[in-house]
Amino acid sequence: MTQATVSAGARSRGFYGEKGKYSGIRGWIFSTDHKRIGLLYLVSMAGFFLLAVTFGVLMRLEMLSPGKTIMEPQTYNTLFTLHGIMMIFLFIIPGLPAVFGNFLLPLLIGARDVFFPRLNLLSWWLFITGGLLALVSVFLPGGAADTGWTFYVPYSIRTNTNVLPALFAAFILGFSSILTGLNFITTIHRMRAPGMGWFRMPLFVWSLYATAWIQVLATPIIGITLLLVALERWFGVGIFDPALGGDPVLYQHLFWIYSHPAVYIMILPGLGVASEILPVFARRTIFGYKFIAFSSVAIAGLGSLVWAHHMFTVGMSYTGMFVFSLLTFLVSIPSAIKIFNWIATLYKGSIVLDVPLLFILSFIVQFSIGGFTGLMLGALAVNIHVQDTYFVVGHFHYVMFGGTGFALFAAIHYWFPKMFGKMYRKGPAVLSWILATLGFNTLYMPFFFLGYMGMPRRYYDYLPEYQSFHVIATVGSWILVLGIIIMIVNLLYALKKGAPALANPWGGKTLEWTVPSPPPTENFATIPVVTTGPYDFSEYEQRPAEHS
Amino acid sequence: MSGTSHGIPAEAHVHRDDTGSRLGMWLFLFTELILFGGLFIVYAVYRFSHPDAFHLAAAELNTFVGTVNTIILLTSSLTVAMSITAMQEGRKAFALTLVGLTIALALAFLVNKYFEWGHKFDVGIYPGSPELLSQPQGVILYFGLYFIMTGLHALHVIIGMAVLMYVFNAIRRGTIHATSYVRLESGALYWHLVDIIWIFLFPLFYLLH
Repeated sequence: MTQATVSAGARSRGFYGEKGKYSGIRGWIFSTDHKRIGLLYLVSMAGFFLLAVTFGVLMRLEMLSPGKTIMEPQTYNTLFTLHGIMMIFLFIIPGLPAVFGNFLLPLLIGARDVFFPRLNLLSWWLFITGGLLALVSVFLPGGAADTGWTFYVPYSIRTNTNVLPALFAAFILGFSSILTGLNFITTIHRMRAPGMGWFRMPLFVWSLYATAWIQVLATPIIGITLLLVALERWFGVGIFDPALGGDPVLYQHLFWIYSHPAVYIMILPGLGVASEILPVFARRTIFGYKFIAFSSVAIAGLGSLVWAHHMFTVGMSYTGMFVFSLLTFLVSIPSAIKIFNWIATLYKGSIVLDVPLLFILSFIVQFSIGGFTGLMLGALAVNIHVQDTYFVVGHFHYVMFGGTGFALFAAIHYWFPKMFGKMYRKGPAVLSWILATLGFNTLYMPFFFLGYMGMPRRYYDYLPEYQSFHVIATVGSWILVLGIIIMIVNLLYALKKGAPALANPWGGKTLEWTVPSPPPTENFATIPVVTTGPYDFSEYEQRPAEHS
Repeated sequence: MSGTSHGIPAEAHVHRDDTGSRLGMWLFLFTELILFGGLFIVYAVYRFSHPDAFHLAAAELNTFVGTVNTIILLTSSLTVAMSITAMQEGRKAFALTLVGLTIALALAFLVNKYFEWGHKFDVGIYPGSPELLSQPQGVILYFGLYFIMTGLHALHVIIGMAVLMYVFNAIRRGTIHATSYVRLESGALYWHLVDIIWIFLFPLFYLLH
């Protein structure tokens, strides 16, 4: 009904041609359109990501040789803190849900927007406020926080660096994350197109749904915990101060009650992206739809009960350690269910080896390595040996970067034509995939060896026998960064000079491919009626078995 | 809070879904409960590790003032619930009176709280005070938690008052009316949350000794 009011000229540029209340930059930062908000997140998040990557590269450069290479120890402490805070709170947690969730959720379920559009805009404003506050804390007198992203007490109470702005940045970002989650749950419950039952939802929507519940239920805990640290710094209340009877280990419990589920906020949408891309490029319906859907919910549920496996060395009871170790192993079951189903989807598919699928293949291998090393860490005996070493750092980079990061690269290559209406060049994209995969594994594989040999994390200096692995890792960081640069240049070039994209360049079956690229304002002229599941590739599957 | 979006012709605004708006509000209330849940966990842990000191410290609170405040908040929950029924029956003036009464009761609660805290400050009990630091560790933790939890609750009372004032204004201007009152319901739900948290704070701090 609203489509009639959009002029023909504006329609070809889709929602970019929308004449709203504001023009120019204000037409973006005050827009309540989910697509514009998604792109706002994309741009701001990309900025924070590149800054955090730079910090990471500088840290690797410092580790090239023992002793001082390019920076002082205090600078190094600040860098790993900022790298962690920015990568986690400003890139990986909002990455897939806020960028691709915002842009695609209404399109995937056949809706015109999210349920609370103004709240959605508020979430972005909170996000950018928190992000800028984190940046400002770097330049305020006192120096940037040096506590690590975990803000462990008692050090976070005693250090004289700018811990308070960093705490409040994380608090505000948490609030932004809660509001996004709340919005998505309501949207998924109330705004699915007619005919789209729960089991006709695309699997990315299922993963966003599970993620949103964790965002809503776990994030308040980090809010109150960070607030308690701030109150401790201001008033010396005593809650976490052993001198006044408080218990620093209680801080660790509260911190991980949020931060472990947050790991699943980071990875679940990535798993959803894989489930979205695989059937399209295998030209087969997804294998085990319901198992994949429920495994997302199971991961969200079990993942909320494993937090203390970060704390096996603090002196818990053996019963506690046994239970948390057991639960940790149980999370691997739904995760493995997903991987088996993905591989079964590829089996006997008519595979089209295009860029998004390449990134997803790297994702599957790297996520599996991250998962297996996670099981090693979940085993009590091994954990004691490698606690707080590079092994842990290697493990979570394999999951967070090798998993979620690569899923995000896949997502951007998959949905780029839809989001911008332009097509990127395949050659440079494949090159960036080769370099990113090669660089990533060269960078983080040595971490497992270093950690097993006893190299502690967050140390500025090291013994000479660790140097060869450190050198390999640093070289890997250069290859990885080269891959990322090529990827960004290729995409920016496509934005300027790319050929116009078709409405459905990959032959996808989900609803976002039924509207033009880029989608018009309000997405659907008439709300579609859904009659099949999301991955109906029966036209390929019913052909006579020609390659048997 | 219902779904609207700028730059779209008026007929697009007819989309209205009260059930969805209520769902969103309930989700928000979950987050508030869990926010306080973190503090209740801390309380439980320290009560378990310092039972005697908590016992002694709790005796220093004035149960009478606490009881009065509990009655005030329970009554305010009643008035805000009645205002919804009044609104459903289209009795605008009565609904306004009831919401106004709720705000007045909230203010009364805060006045009581102010004098209660003021008295504690007068006798030298506040976080980091020399008087408090000379006490056993359990007492320090008890009063630390007392000030944090009742303080955060008082902050929620203030936010709740702001929400109710907004609702009051919307009823007065007629944007909340007999057939569209989901914002009043959401405001009332928030106020019930403020109430229910106090229902737990009251016995934990005032009665358990």
